[in-house]
Amino acid sequence: MTIWKPIALSLGVFAATAQISRGQEATPPPQPTPVPTATAPEPTPAPPAPAAPAAQSQASNYFNPSISVIGNFLAVAGKNSVENLPNASLRESEVALQAIVDPYARADFFLSFSETSVEVEEGFLTFTSLPAGLLAKVGKMRVAFGKINTLHLHVLPWPDAPLPIVNLLGGEEGWKSTGVSIARLIPMPADIFSELTAQVFRGEAEGLFQARKRSDIAYNGHYRLFRDLSEATNLDLGFSYGAGPNATSSDETRRWTKLEAIDFMLRWKPLRTGNYRSASLRGELFRSRRDQPEDLGGKQTARGWYLSGEYQLAKRWFAGARIESSDHADDGSKRDTGQAVILTFWPSEFSQVRGELRRRRYAGGVTANEALLQLQFAIGAHGAHPF
Amino acid sequence: MKKHSMALAALFLAAPLWAKVQVVSSLQDFASIADSVGGDRVETSGLARGYQDPHFVDAKPSFILKLSRADLLIVAGLELEIGYLPPLIDQSRNDKIHPGNAGYLDASIGCDILQRPTTQVTRAMGDVHPYGNPHYWTDPDNGRVIARAIAAKLAELDPSGKAAYEKNLAAFEARLAEKEKEWNAKMAPYAGTKIVTFHDSWPNFAKHFKLAIVGHVEPKPGIPPTPSHTLEIINLIKAQNIPLIVIEPYFDSKTPKSIAAQTGATVLTLYPSVGGVPEIKDYFSLFDYDINAFVGAMKGKK
Repeated sequence: MTIWKPIALSLGVFAATAQISRGQEATPPPQPTPVPTATAPEPTPAPPAPAAPAAQSQASNYFNPSISVIGNFLAVAGKNSVENLPNASLRESEVALQAIVDPYARADFFLSFSETSVEVEEGFLTFTSLPAGLLAKVGKMRVAFGKINTLHLHVLPWPDAPLPIVNLLGGEEGWKSTGVSIARLIPMPADIFSELTAQVFRGEAEGLFQARKRSDIAYNGHYRLFRDLSEATNLDLGFSYGAGPNATSSDETRRWTKLEAIDFMLRWKPLRTGNYRSASLRGELFRSRRDQPEDLGGKQTARGWYLSGEYQLAKRWFAGARIESSDHADDGSKRDTGQAVILTFWPSEFSQVRGELRRRRYAGGVTANEALLQLQFAIGAHGAHPF
Repeated sequence: MKKHSMALAALFLAAPLWAKVQVVSSLQDFASIADSVGGDRVETSGLARGYQDPHFVDAKPSFILKLSRADLLIVAGLELEIGYLPPLIDQSRNDKIHPGNAGYLDASIGCDILQRPTTQVTRAMGDVHPYGNPHYWTDPDNGRVIARAIAAKLAELDPSGKAAYEKNLAAFEARLAEKEKEWNAKMAPYAGTKIVTFHDSWPNFAKHFKLAIVGHVEPKPGIPPTPSHTLEIINLIKAQNIPLIVIEPYFDSKTPKSIAAQTGATVLTLYPSVGGVPEIKDYFSLFDYDINAFVGAMKGKK
């Protein structure tokens, strides 16, 4: 999925040299690196403002965050009485504002506009220079539960979220919340990357948790392992455990939903020909244990999983397939299943057309056959490729 | 007691052997130059392989481990690494190598950078690099500038090795001057030769060795060949009797080969980076290999 490629672009009318000279990372102005021995005549890095007339406004733009906008258009054909998506929608317009705050931290905002409303999808500060190998994030963020839940909609290899996210993590949007995240690298032999993340959030997440008191808190822990199996092949593994108070809690009784997940991703991308040929296989297994009052059926255990593969046919073409299954979190006896095939074409790294044929069989006997057509496009600063 | 202090002294003397300056570079080329300049006081490693497209490197977590241990990070800059390096640096937990700090070196500073846009750029132009062409290390004169910057940086990070770095740098420069004479002499008969390249990766190489790049197989940077543009290139090659189509090892040679078959031009793979093939062990053998390949491909051509 590394289709985004290094380049930066001017940001509209202000994009003269000063504006351009900041990249995605809003790199601080070039440090005059001490230039070696006297012989080479070295140009001193010029001050930020290039041209005289515009200098003032450009100087004040200098530390502006890098801005990008990603549009996500979705058209749906077929009949589905359970998930009744509109036939055409600008599903999301995601505005990203990112910059380095000071020598200690950077900030990332992702504002998600639907056609009629706006939400801060993520807005957090990352402390990048903490002691003891720690990395801390504070703010609203996608929770590090599993793999897909951490990713924004537009970087998923499908136009839709798989069933276990919808059924067990509160809906298509997944689990995101406001709080604190701390991650540490755990040394391992044989160059295995291993990272432990501990997160504490307000006990509130749409469709998943509901806080009644200030003391209602949700937790998440994630352990990630990564290893290069060969130059071309690598394996990502993750183990997650989360818990929070669910909506059936009362003032007297706090009722918990406990979540577990295992995720894996196997990637193959030969370095020499990787622009044209690559493949990946990924899957996640979820379990939700939801404490409910007896009149709602008592404690419910629900399981869900998906398995998905993607194969790169040519530089700009990818084919994929996905199978999925998930019980309902509030009723473990209800199960939805689905299959999908996906074809993606990237005209350039900044736009993408994707078609999906999807069949979902919902609990209760409803079967929906649908065709989804997604068009995504990005303008503005170049973001890092998701991995 | 005396034995103990002897042992301690021995440990102290041995210390530099373990406490080598850890240098990580995005490209093998800078790692190779750092090896020459740093000698046995440094340990170097490069992230992208020499046969890999340096624009499309995966942000693998295994790179985070390498960066977490680095004392110095050398980057090509000009946003060549923007697709993968920024998030890796952020996750490295290594304050030293953040842009603006002492352990971060942008190798492009001071180099002769070509194709800096003078008008507004938009992505309608394809993958244009708004800071200029980032493939600048293919000019050996830029290699000299990079080596000087690395030597100065190493002396700043490891002051006790200053003399060693200066000595190594002088040796590097002397060897480079000698090799440049050899390379320039080998390439001199081909001055003014017109070539077509797949991607616009060779302006610095062409400038140094006086070649004229007259077209690209890609219609726009990063956009794969199209039939109409391929036809234009075929006509161009025929009209101007262009002998060579230069491609990088990581591009699909299908279209260049078909152009070659229709025009009589030769497809020549030049390696842009150290490690592209095992023979290219260092920055010097990079030019040795490419220049020999070029001269070989030009044999019998007019």
